[in-house]
Amino acid sequence: MDESLTFLLSIFPRLLAAVPLTLALTAISGVIGNALAVPVALARLSPNPLLWMPSAFYILLMRGTPLLVQTYLIYYGLGEILPGSFIQQTFLWEYLKDGFWYAVFAFSLNTAGYTGEILRGAMSAVPRGEIEAAKAYGMSSRQILWRVTLPRAIQICLPAMSGETILLLKATSLASLITVWDVMGTARQIQKESYRIYEPLIAAGIIYIVTVFILTRLLNWLERRINQHRAAPQSA
Amino acid sequence: METTSSLLALMSFGHDGWGARFLDGIVVTVEVSLSAYAVSLVFGLLGAGAKLSPYKWLRSIADVYTTLVRALPELLLLLLVYYSGADAIKFLLSFLGDDYEDVEVDPFAAAVMALGFIGGAYMTEVMRGAIQSIPVGQIEAAKACGMSPLLRVRRIILPQMLRFALPGMSNLWLNATKDSSLISVLGSFQDILFMGYRAASTTKHYSYFYTMTALCFLIITLVSMAGIRLLEARVNRGYK
Repeated sequence: MDESLTFLLSIFPRLLAAVPLTLALTAISGVIGNALAVPVALARLSPNPLLWMPSAFYILLMRGTPLLVQTYLIYYGLGEILPGSFIQQTFLWEYLKDGFWYAVFAFSLNTAGYTGEILRGAMSAVPRGEIEAAKAYGMSSRQILWRVTLPRAIQICLPAMSGETILLLKATSLASLITVWDVMGTARQIQKESYRIYEPLIAAGIIYIVTVFILTRLLNWLERRINQHRAAPQSA
Repeated sequence: METTSSLLALMSFGHDGWGARFLDGIVVTVEVSLSAYAVSLVFGLLGAGAKLSPYKWLRSIADVYTTLVRALPELLLLLLVYYSGADAIKFLLSFLGDDYEDVEVDPFAAAVMALGFIGGAYMTEVMRGAIQSIPVGQIEAAKACGMSPLLRVRRIILPQMLRFALPGMSNLWLNATKDSSLISVLGSFQDILFMGYRAASTTKHYSYFYTMTALCFLIITLVSMAGIRLLEARVNRGYK
């Protein structure tokens, strides 16, 4: 037991060194995915069937199939198609040798589907009166979107979006299956080297729990800041 | 470039096609998902009962369970519970005597327990919320009628919470089918994703076979969604 604890402590530095990679996966995929969610939600709400039907199908595809299958499809599928194509001659090729960018690609597309659906709900929940007021001021429909509908919708769905971010952080562990050495990947590598099953997993688990806890606090703080004006008035 | 007909032949049900093996994969995925879901219902009911119990120690155990499971990646938990579950059972059996030393824990049971344990934490929250949504008057009325606590659970709480729990439970079922794809990592299950992996690496048609894999999961999702719609209509039949 004592020896097991010593080993557990000895692998922490190596696992902690992988935390930036896990955070980078989460941050990059989160930013790209949430940005892509805007056009997905807009298309989903459009009355034009050429826009809403592909968007609805995209959301169904992302939410109806496992993220792991999507990740494999992108990693192995692109790995089959890209070599020999013009991409190989461009600067992009340097990046595409690594599993990291395939993981970012897969996680971004997946996040866009999930957040797109959340954003769609939030956009239809923006009070009608606010949009009518914007119209009465003579705003163009683009101005209404950027100044009223989107900011209000984001405020409304902020709690759901921060929940999605935590889920994304946990989902990045799947990148370990396409040779990305994030926290989970490093844990599995240590497992193979040391022939120990539990210690690497437990150490990685502790790191994930602490990271999730800190990120939750951070997102709650951000939520309060963004929605400051909606908070209940302080009683004297 | 392959022609369409030769690609279709790859999914045929004949000797050279992968169709039959994918169908077997769907059966394994559905079996694992259904069993894991049943286990998560048990964990969920126990967890919700513990969270709403008057005893502080029970509430604390349930809080630790849901907090830990929901903060850890599913893949990590699956590996941890899958291996430790087998070891725990072997350890318990060792008390019964030496006869059980060579007992092999069935990988299917271990994987189902692991997935059910994970799903149970989310189920606990769904069921706790549903139980708390039942109007207090209903439970007070049952008490006034002189029903015992167990009878109250069976006749009042369980039937009424179903209506509130169904949306959350439906979501968790869809998650269970998707999370079951993780067992392909364990290497001893021939689920859809495992079949897709094998077909792709044997034939080198990666994008084709992973698309087929996704399609199989999509079919399960669509069938489930149709079933959920029927269930919701039935559970809410008194409230239209």
